Amino acid sequence: MTDTLSKLTAKDFTSDQEPKWCPGCGDHAVLQQLKNTMADLGLKTEDVVVVSGIGCSSRLPYYVATYGVHGIHGRALAMASGLKTARPELSVWVATGDGDALSIGGNHYIHTIRRNLDMNVILFNNEIYGLTKGQYSPTSKVGLKTVTSPNGVVDYPMNTVALTLGSGGTFVARVLDRDGKFMREVFKRAAEHRGTSVVEIYQNCPIYNDGAFDVFTDRERKADTTIYLEQDQPLIFGAEKNKGIKLDGFMPVIVDLKDSSVSLDDLWIHDEKDKLKANILAGFFDDPDTTENCLPRPLGIFYVEDRFTYEDALDQQIAQAQADGEGSLEELLAGKSTWTIK
Amino acid sequence: MVTSKTSVSVLFAGDSGDGMQLTGTQFAETVAVYGTDLNTFPNFPSEIRAPAGTISGVSGFQLQFGSKAVYTPGAKFDVMIAMNAAALKANLKNLHHGGIIIANTDGFDAKNLRLAGYGEENNPLENGTVKDYSVFEIPVVTLTREALADTGLSTKNIDRCKNMFVLGILYWLYSLPIETTIETLRTKFRKKADVAEANIKAVKAGYNFGDETEMFSQHGRYSVAPAEKKPGVYRRVTGNEASAIGLTAAAKKAGLKLFLGSYPITPASEILQTLSGLKKWGVKTFQAEDEIAGVLTSIGASYGGALAATNTSGPGLALKAEGLGLAMILEVPLVVVNVQRGGPSTGLPTKPEQSDLFIAMFGRHGDAPVPVIAATSPVDCFYSAYEAAKIAVEYMTPVICLTDGYLALSSEPMLIPTPDDLASISPKFAKERKADDPPYLPYKRDERGVRKWAMPGTPGLEHRIGGLEKQHETGHVSHDPENHALMTRLRAEKVERVADIVPDLEIDNGPEKGDLLVLGWGSTYGAIKIAVEQALQGGCSVAHAHLRYLNPFPKNLGEILGNYKKVLMPENNSGQLIHLIRDKFQIEPVGFSKVQGLPFNEMEIEAKITDILKEL
Ligand SMILES: Cc1ncc(C[n+]2csc(CCOP(=O)(O)OP(=O)(O)O)c2C)c(N)n1
Ligand code: SF4
Repeated sequence: MTDTLSKLTAKDFTSDQEPKWCPGCGDHAVLQQLKNTMADLGLKTEDVVVVSGIGCSSRLPYYVATYGVHGIHGRALAMASGLKTARPELSVWVATGDGDALSIGGNHYIHTIRRNLDMNVILFNNEIYGLTKGQYSPTSKVGLKTVTSPNGVVDYPMNTVALTLGSGGTFVARVLDRDGKFMREVFKRAAEHRGTSVVEIYQNCPIYNDGAFDVFTDRERKADTTIYLEQDQPLIFGAEKNKGIKLDGFMPVIVDLKDSSVSLDDLWIHDEKDKLKANILAGFFDDPDTTENCLPRPLGIFYVEDRFTYEDALDQQIAQAQADGEGSLEELLAGKSTWTIK
Repeated sequence: MVTSKTSVSVLFAGDSGDGMQLTGTQFAETVAVYGTDLNTFPNFPSEIRAPAGTISGVSGFQLQFGSKAVYTPGAKFDVMIAMNAAALKANLKNLHHGGIIIANTDGFDAKNLRLAGYGEENNPLENGTVKDYSVFEIPVVTLTREALADTGLSTKNIDRCKNMFVLGILYWLYSLPIETTIETLRTKFRKKADVAEANIKAVKAGYNFGDETEMFSQHGRYSVAPAEKKPGVYRRVTGNEASAIGLTAAAKKAGLKLFLGSYPITPASEILQTLSGLKKWGVKTFQAEDEIAGVLTSIGASYGGALAATNTSGPGLALKAEGLGLAMILEVPLVVVNVQRGGPSTGLPTKPEQSDLFIAMFGRHGDAPVPVIAATSPVDCFYSAYEAAKIAVEYMTPVICLTDGYLALSSEPMLIPTPDDLASISPKFAKERKADDPPYLPYKRDERGVRKWAMPGTPGLEHRIGGLEKQHETGHVSHDPENHALMTRLRAEKVERVADIVPDLEIDNGPEKGDLLVLGWGSTYGAIKIAVEQALQGGCSVAHAHLRYLNPFPKNLGEILGNYKKVLMPENNSGQLIHLIRDKFQIEPVGFSKVQGLPFNEMEIEAKITDILKEL
C-alpha cells in the first residue's frame, strides 16, 4: 500500500516473487536500477505498468510490485502501445530482449519507434537467445558458435542504435549492465523524456554467451574500447584520457591528444540534439576484437528529440471532435439520415 | 397504366466510372424513405481501375424493394440497367426471363462492343440475344447532353450526370418521388451549386423522358406499395457500419471507452474506417502495422480497462491466433469481428464465404475455447457486435463475432433502437484495496467463474499476469500439473456458462415438429427464409431455425433437432457447422455446401428441400 506523501523506495517496488534468473545474469542489475529509478522518480506503484514479451529478460514484470503483463514473444511493444493509447496517464515501461524486440518483434519495433508514444523501452541485449537455450540472435557477432550455428554465425549483426535512429527514435541510449550508477542516470533521463525512449543494455548472459561484452567491460580494455557521451563535452577516451575524436568532414578520426599539433578545440563536442552526429556515432560499431584501431563503442545518450507523441495527437483530435460536447448514444444510433414510418 | 408489384429486384450495371454505386444508393434511399422494405448488395470489380468498357470493369449495384419483408437483394433481378455492352454481357444470365433491360445505346458503339468481347458487328441488342426480354433502348449520353446543354458545364462534367438521367427514368417507371434524391444532391454538392443543379436537372429530365416518350406509353408503369413496417425512426446500414456502431454503442452502454486496434483487409476495412470517424464518441482507433499488432494493442488497451476490439478477415484471423490465446488465458475482454471471405490464403478476397468457423472455434493452440457469434443480416451485425461486447465484458473473455463479405456490404433499413432498448452491459471492476484488506487475488472467480477487471491506476490492486499458466486465484506463475488441469477446466466452464444468457433457439418459420428442419447460421438467413416460406406454401413439412450463437450453442438446440426426421444444413463452406452438430448431438444431418464465393439463392435451397422431402 502506498502512502502518497512519503516517497517510495526501491524496496516498495520489489514484488514478492523471487527473480529466477541465473546467478551472475546481467538482468539482476538492470532490475535493481529500474526499481531505483522508479523510486527516484517518485512514481506510485499503482500508476506504473511494466509490459514484456517472452524471453529471460521478459520475466522482469513479475519482479516489480507495480501492474505488469507478460505477453507473447515479440509483441510487448504492440501491447504497450495499445495500453498507452487507451490510458495515456499511466507510466508504461517495456522490458524486452534482443530476440524479442528485434527478431520476431522487428516489425512492431520500427513502427512503435516512429509513432513515439510516451513509454520507456529497456532493451536487454545479450546477443543470444537465453530462454530457448543459446541459439544465436539478430545481434550475435559474425562467427559466433552456438547450437544453431556450429560453424559460426553468418548473419550480419543488427545495430540497434542505428535501427532506432533510422526508425525515427526520439531518445536513444546505450549502457552496460555493469555500470549501475550510469544506468540509473540514463533511465531517469529516459523516463523524463516525453516520447518513446530506448535504452539498449549490453547484458551479459553467463550461461550461453558469457563475456560477449568483456571487450567493453574489462578493466584493462574498457577505457580504449568505449567512450562515454556527455552533453557539451568533447569526445575523449583512453586510459589516460589521451585520445580524442575529431570530425574530418563527416569522417570521425581518432587523434592523439599528446600530439602538440592537436588542440582540444578541434574535438567533436557531443550534442544529443544533433541527429546527423548521432547517426555517425551509431556507426561506431566495429568489433574491437577483430578490427584494428577501430572507433570506441559509444555509451550514454546518443540522441534526444522533442516530437509530438501519438497519444497526445490522438487525444487532441478527440478533444477537437468533442469541442461541442461528446456524442450521445441517441445521436450515434440515429446516424446522419433517417426516416420515420408512422 | 400502372401495374402494382409486391417486390422488384433491380440491377444497376455499368463501367466502374459510370457512378452505379451512387445511383443504386440513391435509389435505395428513395425507396426506403418511401416506405418499402429493401436489401442492397454492391458488386464491384476487385481491380481498382479495371480497363474501361471491359467485363472486368463492370460495377453493379443490386437492390430488392418490396411491400413485404425483403431478406435478400433477389436471387435474380427483374430489371437491369446496362450502361454499356460489357454490363449487359456480364449480367444477362441473372435477369429473370422476360425481365426489363434499359440499355444505354451510347454504350453499345463499335468500341464498347469490341471491348465487351461481342465484336463490332455483333450488337446483342440487334442479334437476337435479348429477344426474350422487354428492352428499352435509350441513348442516355446523347439525351443527357441535350438536357444539360445550357448549363455551361463542360461535356465531361455533363456526361458524369448520365447516371442521374437513368435514375430519373427508373423513378418514373416505379412511380417513385424524386425529392429525396434532389435533397441529397443539394447536400452532397453543397459547395458546387452548378454541379448540384446539373444533376438535379438530369434526374428531372430522365423522369420527364419516361412521361413523354412513346417507348414506355405502351408498356406502362409499376408501383410497389410501402411495406407494413413497425412504426418508428429508421436508417439504412451496411453490415460493416452496423458492426462499428454496435461496438460503439456497447462501449457507451457499459460506460467504457472503445479502442480498436486493426489492420486493413477486405472486406472488413470499413469497420476501422467508420470507427476512425467516431472521435466525437471518444472512439480511439489504432491502425497497426499488422494484424498481430492489431490484436495485441487491443489486449493492452483491454488490460488498461477499455472495451477493446479488433476487426479482420480470414488471413488476419489466422495471424491473430496467438494473441487470442493470450487474451483467453489473461481473461480480459476482447471482441474480434471477423468478416469472412473466400479462402484459403488470399483466396477470393472480395467474395463472401462462411469458412472461418473452424478457425474461430479451434484456431488456437492449447485448450482455448472462446464464445463465437454469427450475424444473420446487415442489421443483425449491430446486435451481434453489441452482444459480443456484452459477453466479452461480462465474462472477461475474447469473443469472436463472425459476419461475412455479403452482410458487410449489403444494406437494409434498421429500426433505430432507443438506448433503453439495448441490453445493459455491466463490467465488474475490482475495487481499491486498503492497507488492512486481505491480499488481492486477480484470479478469484465469482459464481459464474468470472474474475474481476482490475484497472491499472487503482491503488492496492497491483498484480502481474501473463501468458504463463497461473495459479488458481493468486495468478502467480504455476507449473503445477493439478493446477493446470484445474485452470483449463475453469476457463472452459466459464465459456460454457455463457449458454446461461444465450436465448433459446426459436423456430423461425414452419411447424414445431415435422419432416425437415433447415438449420442455418450467419448470412444464409435470407435465402433459407424465403426458400422455406415457398416450400411451406407448396405444402411441405419443413421448418427453419437459424443459429446466431455457435459457441456455446443455445441450450435447447438438441431438443429442437430431435423434433424433425431430417436436418438440412446449407453452408457457404464445405460443411463446417455440420461437424460441430454431428459431434455434439450425434445425428447425421444432410449437408448442403456452396463454395463459389457466392451467397446461396433461395431457389437452390428450395430445390434441395424438395429433393430431400421426396426421398423421405
Ligand atoms: C511464437 C514464439 N516463437 C518462439 C518462441 C520461443 N522463444 C522464447 S524466448 C525466445 C528468444 C528469447 O531471446 P531474447 O528475446 O533475446 O531474450 P533472452 O531470453 O535472451 O533474455 C524464443 C525464440 C516463443 N515463445 N514464441
Ligand atoms: S540464460 Fe542467460 S539471460 Fe537467461 S537468465 Fe540465464 S544468464 Fe540470464
